[in-house]
Amino acid sequence: MAEKDEAKEKRKIKAVKKMKEIMTAYYIDAKTAEQTGKKVAWITSGGPVEPLIAMDVIPVYPENHGAMIGASKMGVDLCEKAEAMGYSSDLCSYARSDISCAPTNGGPIGGLPRPDMLVCCNNICGTVLKWYEIQARYFKVPLFILDTPFCHTEFSAEAKRYVQGQIEEYIAFLEKACGKRFDRDRMAEVGRLSVEGQRLWQEVLDTAIHRPAPLSAFDAFFHLALIVTLRGTVQAVDYYRMLLAEMKERVASGIGAVPEEKYRLLWDNLPVWFRTKWLSEKFAAQGACLVADTYTSAWCGSLKYVDENDFLGTMAECYTRIYLNIGVDEMARQVMEMVDKYGVDGLVMHSNRSCKPYSLGQYDIQRILREQRGIPTLTIEADMVDERSFSEGPIETRIDAFLELLRERRPAGEPAGRGNG
Amino acid sequence: MKSIDECREILKDPDGYVRRLKAESGRKIVGTFCSYAPEEIILAAGAHPYRLFGSGEKIRLAEAHLQSYCCSLVRGALEDALAGRLDFLDGVVFPHTCDSIQRLSDIWRLNIPSGFHFDMVLPVKLDTEGAKRYMVDVLMRFRTELGTKLGVNISDDDLRGAIRICNRIRSALTRIDRLRGERPGILSGSDFYTLTRAAMVLERGRAADLFEEAAAELEEKAKDSETGRERAAETGAGPGKGEETAGPGPKRILLSGGVCNHPDIHTVIEEAGGAVVGDDLCTGARYYSGLVDEAADPVGAIAMRMLTRVVCPAKHRGLTDRADHLVRLLREKRGQGVVFFLLKFCDPHAFDIPYLREALDGEGIPSMVLEVEDRLPAEGQLRTRFETFVEMI
Repeated sequence: MAEKDEAKEKRKIKAVKKMKEIMTAYYIDAKTAEQTGKKVAWITSGGPVEPLIAMDVIPVYPENHGAMIGASKMGVDLCEKAEAMGYSSDLCSYARSDISCAPTNGGPIGGLPRPDMLVCCNNICGTVLKWYEIQARYFKVPLFILDTPFCHTEFSAEAKRYVQGQIEEYIAFLEKACGKRFDRDRMAEVGRLSVEGQRLWQEVLDTAIHRPAPLSAFDAFFHLALIVTLRGTVQAVDYYRMLLAEMKERVASGIGAVPEEKYRLLWDNLPVWFRTKWLSEKFAAQGACLVADTYTSAWCGSLKYVDENDFLGTMAECYTRIYLNIGVDEMARQVMEMVDKYGVDGLVMHSNRSCKPYSLGQYDIQRILREQRGIPTLTIEADMVDERSFSEGPIETRIDAFLELLRERRPAGEPAGRGNG
Repeated sequence: MKSIDECREILKDPDGYVRRLKAESGRKIVGTFCSYAPEEIILAAGAHPYRLFGSGEKIRLAEAHLQSYCCSLVRGALEDALAGRLDFLDGVVFPHTCDSIQRLSDIWRLNIPSGFHFDMVLPVKLDTEGAKRYMVDVLMRFRTELGTKLGVNISDDDLRGAIRICNRIRSALTRIDRLRGERPGILSGSDFYTLTRAAMVLERGRAADLFEEAAAELEEKAKDSETGRERAAETGAGPGKGEETAGPGPKRILLSGGVCNHPDIHTVIEEAGGAVVGDDLCTGARYYSGLVDEAADPVGAIAMRMLTRVVCPAKHRGLTDRADHLVRLLREKRGQGVVFFLLKFCDPHAFDIPYLREALDGEGIPSMVLEVEDRLPAEGQLRTRFETFVEMI
């Protein structure tokens, strides 16, 4: 028994402690901004944060807050409060819980600090536009919208011109809201740090190519926080450098994220925040490791479009061509690349009632993957925050059946996955 | 009225009508979604724009592509296409609307083999100079590419001709809309619905003729009743021909929402003692409001109307634009209550309802929300809800 505990202890990622410290300090900083005279901007998760960092504005992410609400199982209460305010229960649960948190200061950290401005980028969905309009009316603060035309099959020349023009509008907006000039040299430095952070994050995720994978998607859901909230800072770069070193160590000593890795799976969509532990244990108990996911890799998916020496000049394209702002066939192509890269045996797709742009089209992605890679897929019907949309029994049955199918396809003893190990 | 009868007859089988139109005239049929589809450009290319709604058949094939939390409009349209019911379409145009239509476009492109496919990725914000330029760019490109697909060169004159037809339709519907506000009951709500729906189906030249005929006839009727009322007032006799009988008259209701494909809703409101005197619907006033400047550069003028017409909640033009419009409409139409028609799973509308209701509360105007999945609730239940609402006014 003692030996078992020891193995479990060995598998724990040590950087977790550091991450918790950083995030706590970050939220204290944000919550005390009023006393320290710093400005606070609320920004969407796919939004252009680097200019805010360059202007010394503290970025606050209602979506990260939503994840915290979900993880602390406070989602149902806050969603119900929003429904009492007249919002349909079919609306995004991040939006619902944030909207009801604002007037009640509810949630795990007693609400977010009041914003001085709002920055909304619709590259992830149309929901954020409506959500930020509501908060702009509630807090009576200026709202900047970065409108990134959807790239069904292309990023057109006219769309590029349009978004590029908005980058300058954004800078003008920030200069007005902050009452100071925008420092382009500082911006260039922040841009370089952002790219460096993204590269390191991608490297961290790529360590999962090894067998056994030193981290799983469930770990990535946690360590993602900094690339979202503190992208463009030295802190994020330092943290991911440290995390990468730990992952390399784990690879060298053969420490895997799950005790006995037999099957390698890919997760699609946002996490089910209130059930990450349950799901993680459920898969791990049968030797299934979620070695990759489309969610946490979305924060470094635009690296191919960036010029780190001309961040401002290339950010229009980076922010427009992100994973959720592209056609279903292009998404399928990217999933396929990940399947090949990480040696994936099956897909686990979270059909998330809260997120239509992420979920509608999943069935077609599954079909394409089945046809072109012959791998089985599992759909989990749930929600990222609202526990009322989670039925444990049927989900458990489906997971078991899926793992059974994987076992039948590849009897024990044969090597896991294909390709790059 | 003969004009309305003709529309009603066609709407019994709109697909059949369009198939016949195609066979007889040889016109290409272009399916559209959303009221931001530039019908003028499609018409100018010699093609026929046909708005798709889903025929309401049971969802079977679309289940394999779309989850249950996707609205019935999107699921229904895909079902029709997968079942081959829309095989007469020569192409489809998807203006950028909401997250669901956006994904519908992808799924359509990957699964419906026939016809050309256009994504018109319009700007979402409409209140900046950059957005205006981009809107013009998108329309210019659509003009060129549609012309190429259909093998025609779309000239400025073609566009001006098409703009004139669309403006005639919009003007005639606006005249009739004014009458339903001034003389509630002069035509039934379901007749008004028939006209607006027909505007998205009929050959547009014919639609313009019919609507102008209907508008003239109704204006005549209103004038008669006005004269009758004046005469009655002079002689002290009862109400004139066509006028409501004495009493407080129906409660003046406004409808607000997205796509409303349920003519019965008008009938039930009327039977409950109300009358729809105006609307802010995607299939109503948002479709026909605002004219395109016939003297200006045609594409620029089409863009200008899109930027300035009554806004859809999936687009942004300021923080209170929709509430301001609704309150303005209420005052103009002397509305006494608002019914929000909400298609289940329609996010942009669902997000706006609380703030719109708050604005109405500020005006002391009662409102109610009717959420519909694909069919209206049972008639008895609907009647009770409307009766209660009308009594409250």
